[in-house]
Amino acid sequence: MSAPILSVRGLERRYGARIGCTGIGFDLWPGEVLGIVGESGSGKSTLLSCLAGHQRPEAGRVTYDGRDVLAMAETERRRLARTEWAYVHQHARDGLRMGVSAGANVGERLMATGARHYGRLRAQAIDWLDRVEIDQTRIDDRPTAFSGGMQQRLQIARNLVTGPRLVFMDEPTGGLDVSVQARLLDLLRGLVRDMGLSVIIVTHDLAVVRLLADRLMVMKSGRVVEQGLTDQVLDDPQHAYTQLLVSSVLQV
Amino acid sequence: MISVENLSKSFTLHNQGGTVIPVMAGASLHVGPGECVGLVGQSGAGKSTLMRMIQGNYLAGAGSIRIAGTELVGAEPRAVTRLRRETLGHVSQFLRVLPRVPAVDVVAEPLRALGTPEAEARARAECLLWRLNIPRRLWSLSPTTFSGGEQQRVNIARGFVHPFPCLLLDEPTASLDALNREVVLTLIEEAKARGAAILGIFHDAPARDRVCDRLVDVTACTPGRAA
Repeated sequence: MSAPILSVRGLERRYGARIGCTGIGFDLWPGEVLGIVGESGSGKSTLLSCLAGHQRPEAGRVTYDGRDVLAMAETERRRLARTEWAYVHQHARDGLRMGVSAGANVGERLMATGARHYGRLRAQAIDWLDRVEIDQTRIDDRPTAFSGGMQQRLQIARNLVTGPRLVFMDEPTGGLDVSVQARLLDLLRGLVRDMGLSVIIVTHDLAVVRLLADRLMVMKSGRVVEQGLTDQVLDDPQHAYTQLLVSSVLQV
Repeated sequence: MISVENLSKSFTLHNQGGTVIPVMAGASLHVGPGECVGLVGQSGAGKSTLMRMIQGNYLAGAGSIRIAGTELVGAEPRAVTRLRRETLGHVSQFLRVLPRVPAVDVVAEPLRALGTPEAEARARAECLLWRLNIPRRLWSLSPTTFSGGEQQRVNIARGFVHPFPCLLLDEPTASLDALNREVVLTLIEEAKARGAAILGIFHDAPARDRVCDRLVDVTACTPGRAA
């Protein structure tokens, strides 16, 4: 049996006296998609940014592929973030460079890993635009000329072009039309399967985790109150808060 | 292959005064290779609850569920995921799929998850869609727009596309016409012949009589209902 790609133990992040998240522990295995749900302010985004190294936790241990992430030099962590990790922001503009072309957005991350040959960079950019269903005639357009759904797909292409192993996603379908959401979810599911990605996805949308996540953690007030197989947690929730969360979803 | 011992379960409704509803007590059953066992009992007796526990969708309260040697009660989520991917097929009454994914890909998905190359997975999916009389022109369309009977056949195709050693079938013939009902019963008989252990709920009594080797009445393990 393989080893977990990411191990988290006793993670805590405080904002002064206030708890961001505390007592967080879990293992993520290669090829696994972990969903984190909870209401606004439950600490799920704080947790994600601690895991991705955007914030520094006060306590705990994060081990990636056998390496202690919190003890890592900043240069090393940044190299990981450029190569083996990816971070998909809720707002595409936070993860894209809005002033350069779509092709450059994709090519830039490749160049950061050392690629230099213009022809190959452009060919790879075209290949990725195609994979995220953006017409290659748009390669020289800036993302400002794209719709919200296209921007989000471009952000995903930019993130995945370097073939990362671990992807963090913060509300990747938030703010998109329902029709665009389904298309994006389908795309993500195919990429996760075909590239064998390990994913941690934060969302408040239970339908999204049901379709995408193998496993689910439910957070409330900075703590994990319940975790388990996604459909089991949603269909047979054990904790009072999860029961409330599941029963509060409006049926279509 | 499927072995249930002394299984019990209750629901605790934390947001309704902490009401505890016992739904199952002392359930035991065994399904061997090549055998089909039917669950019977009146509506509300717990047939679906038992099926859901065996599928890992509901947590068991106490007892044991072993699927092809793997203990499900208290198992790690990824052990259950692996079991569902490799060993335990499931045909539910309802099709839950992503909008806009073509029917052929919905059916091929269990094979793709096992690493089967796309062309081969699609070919096997098409073969089942053809056997189940789904018109070819629908194969590239999302089943979300299909009729109830067509959706059910897509679900059945999905459950039979990989030769799962264990199968759970929830009303597999419920909304099918005579022709397609016959196809499904043949698929079940073929699965038995290759050694699959099958547990099913069939309200269709003639279908039940034809494919089931034994029946298990769950009323005996319904708390407060036992005769």
